[in-house]
Amino acid sequence: MATSEENMTGAPTMARSPSKPAAKPGDALGTITLAVLVIGAVILPFVSKNFFIFQMTQVMVYAIAILGLNLLTGINGQFSLGHGAFYAVGAYTAAILMEMQGVPYGWTIPIAGILCFVAGFLFGLPALRLEGVYLALATFALAVATPQLLKLSPFEHWTGGVQGIVIIKPDAPFGLDSVINPDQWLYFFTLVIGLFLYWLARNLVNSRTGRALMAIRDNPIAARSMGVNTAVYKATAFGISAMFTGVAGCLGAIVIQFVAPDSFTFALSVALLVGLVIGGVGWLPGALLGALFIVFIPNVAEDISKGLAGAFYGFFLIAVIYLAPKGAGGLIQAGAARVRKML
Amino acid sequence: MDLFLQQVISGFATGGIYACMALSVVMIYQAIHHLNFAQGEMAMFSTYIAWQLLAWGLPYWAVFPIVIAISFVGGFAVERIVFKPIENAPVLSHIVIFIALFAIFNSFAGFIWDFTIKAVPSPFGEGPLYPGAPIGTHQAGMVAVTMVVLVMLWAFFRFTRMGLAMRAAAANPDSARLVGVKVSMMTALGWGMASAIGAVAGILIAPVVFLEPNMMLSILLYGFAGAVLGGLTSPAGAVLGGFLVGIIENLAGTYIPVIGGELKLPIALFLIVAVLLIKPAGLMGRRTVQRV
Repeated sequence: MATSEENMTGAPTMARSPSKPAAKPGDALGTITLAVLVIGAVILPFVSKNFFIFQMTQVMVYAIAILGLNLLTGINGQFSLGHGAFYAVGAYTAAILMEMQGVPYGWTIPIAGILCFVAGFLFGLPALRLEGVYLALATFALAVATPQLLKLSPFEHWTGGVQGIVIIKPDAPFGLDSVINPDQWLYFFTLVIGLFLYWLARNLVNSRTGRALMAIRDNPIAARSMGVNTAVYKATAFGISAMFTGVAGCLGAIVIQFVAPDSFTFALSVALLVGLVIGGVGWLPGALLGALFIVFIPNVAEDISKGLAGAFYGFFLIAVIYLAPKGAGGLIQAGAARVRKML
Repeated sequence: MDLFLQQVISGFATGGIYACMALSVVMIYQAIHHLNFAQGEMAMFSTYIAWQLLAWGLPYWAVFPIVIAISFVGGFAVERIVFKPIENAPVLSHIVIFIALFAIFNSFAGFIWDFTIKAVPSPFGEGPLYPGAPIGTHQAGMVAVTMVVLVMLWAFFRFTRMGLAMRAAAANPDSARLVGVKVSMMTALGWGMASAIGAVAGILIAPVVFLEPNMMLSILLYGFAGAVLGGLTSPAGAVLGGFLVGIIENLAGTYIPVIGGELKLPIALFLIVAVLLIKPAGLMGRRTVQRV
C-alpha cells in the first residue's frame, strides 16, 4: 500500500521543482513559445481543409478536458478514471438546453460549467474518504456505468434514450458568416474559451489555493497540520476539475452536433487519462500534447493495421511509459532546462 | 414470497460468476496491492484459448488444466516482461499500463478470433439441476468449482512454505527480503495465480454469457464490486461478496422498476461507492492501519 508520503501520481513535487524559476531567459522562452503557438493557431484554419479544422477543434476540446483532469490528478493528487461522466454531463446539458429549451449555445457553456462543478463537488465529497486505488476503483465504476445511467428510462424524456439528441451547428455571429464558415467559427470559439480556461488554471495553480492543493498532493498529513482544510480543498478540486471537463463536453457536443449514451463509454474516460499521462502529469501545457495524441494516434495505429489498431495503441502507451515516464512534459522540461543553461 | 425465493436462488447462481472473478481480483490485490483493470481481458483471452483447443477436438478435461497452465505462465510472463522494469514507477503509470494491456488483449482476441459470438460448452450439462429447479447444473457446477478453488487457495496460503512466503512478501516486503524471500518473484507468482484463477472464471462464465472480446468489462466491474463488498484482503470474503452482488443485482432488477432487466451496471457503481464509504474494509477484510 502506498504510504501517504509517497507521491502517487508522479507529478513533480514542490521540493524538486520550485514553482517559480528565478531564471529570466526561461520565462522569455515560455512566453515566446506561447506567442508562436497562438499565432500558428490563428493562421491554421485559413490554410487547412475543413475536416482538419474539425479535428483540431476536437483536439482543443479534449485539451480542455485533460486540463481539468490535470488539475485534479496532477495538482491535487486524486485519481479519476471516470471523467468521461462529467464530460457527458456537460455534453447533455448543451444538447438539452439548445434543442429542447432553445437556449443560445453560448449560454450553455457557463451553465454546463456550473452544473458540472456541483456534480464534481458532490462526487468529490464521498471521494474524500477514498485514496489511491480505491478512488480509481470508484471512478472506474462511474465510467463503466455512465452509458447505462444515461439510458435510464426516467430521464429518457430529456436524454432521448439510446437515440440521443442531434444538435444544429451554429453559424458565425455578427455578420461574420460571410467571411468564415461554421467550422472555422467553432474553431475560434473553442480556441478563445480554451485560452481563457488555461489562463484560469494557470492562475489557480500559482495562487494560495494552488499551493494548498499541491501541499495536499505531496503530503496530506503535513498539509493538514499546517492548517489546510483538506476536505474542502479536495472536494473543490474535484468540482473545478469537473467544471473544466464539463465545459469541454459542452463544446464537444456543439462541435460534433450529436450526443448519445454510447459516445460516453469507459473508452472516453480512458482516453482522457491517457492524454493526461502522455502530456505530462502536473504540467498544464501538456494537455494540448495529450489531446493531440488521443485524437491522432488511434488513426495512426489504424493505418498500420486495421485489425490490430488497439494492440498498436497499447504498445505505443507502454513505449511512452518506458521511454518518457513523465510524459511529453518531462521531456520538454528537461530540454528547456538545457536551453536555459546555455543562455 | 415464491418470486422472492426464486430470484434469490437465481441471483446466487449468477453470483457464482462474480465470486469467481472477485477471487482473482483479490488474488492480484494480495500480490501487488493494485486492482488490475486488464484482469477481465486476460481472462477473456484465456477463454478464447480454451475455445480454440476445444475446437481442435481436445477433450474438455484435458483443455481445462492446459489452459490454466498457459494462463499461469502468461500472467507470470506479463509481470516479468512488462511490470518488472517499472516496479518503482508511480501508481498512475501502472494504471496506464493496465489500460494498455486491456487494449492489447482485446484487440488481439478480436483479430485472431474475430468479433462474432461463440458458444462454449458446459462440462456440467445444460439442464436444470433437478426437474423444476431454479438453478441449472452448470450454475451448480460453477459454484462447486469456485468453492474448490477457494479451499485450495486457503490451503495454499495456510499450509505451504510458498504461500507463507507470498503472504510475507505482501505484508512486509522489506522484512521478507531480509529473511530470504524473493519478493519480486512472489509478485510474479501472484500474477500467474491471478491469471490462472481468471482463466477458471472465464471458462466457467463463457457458457452463460457467450464468448466475445467485450464480454468481460461488465463482469469485471461486478467482480470488483464483489471483492470490495467482501473485503479486498480476504479470499473467502470475495466469494461471499460475489454471491451477495449476484443476489442484490437480481433483486434490484426485479423489485426496482427503474432498473429493469438490462440496466444493472449502476447497481455495481452504487454498491462499490456505498461499501467504500460505510465499511471500506469490506465484510471480511482486515482494516489497514497507517503509521504516520
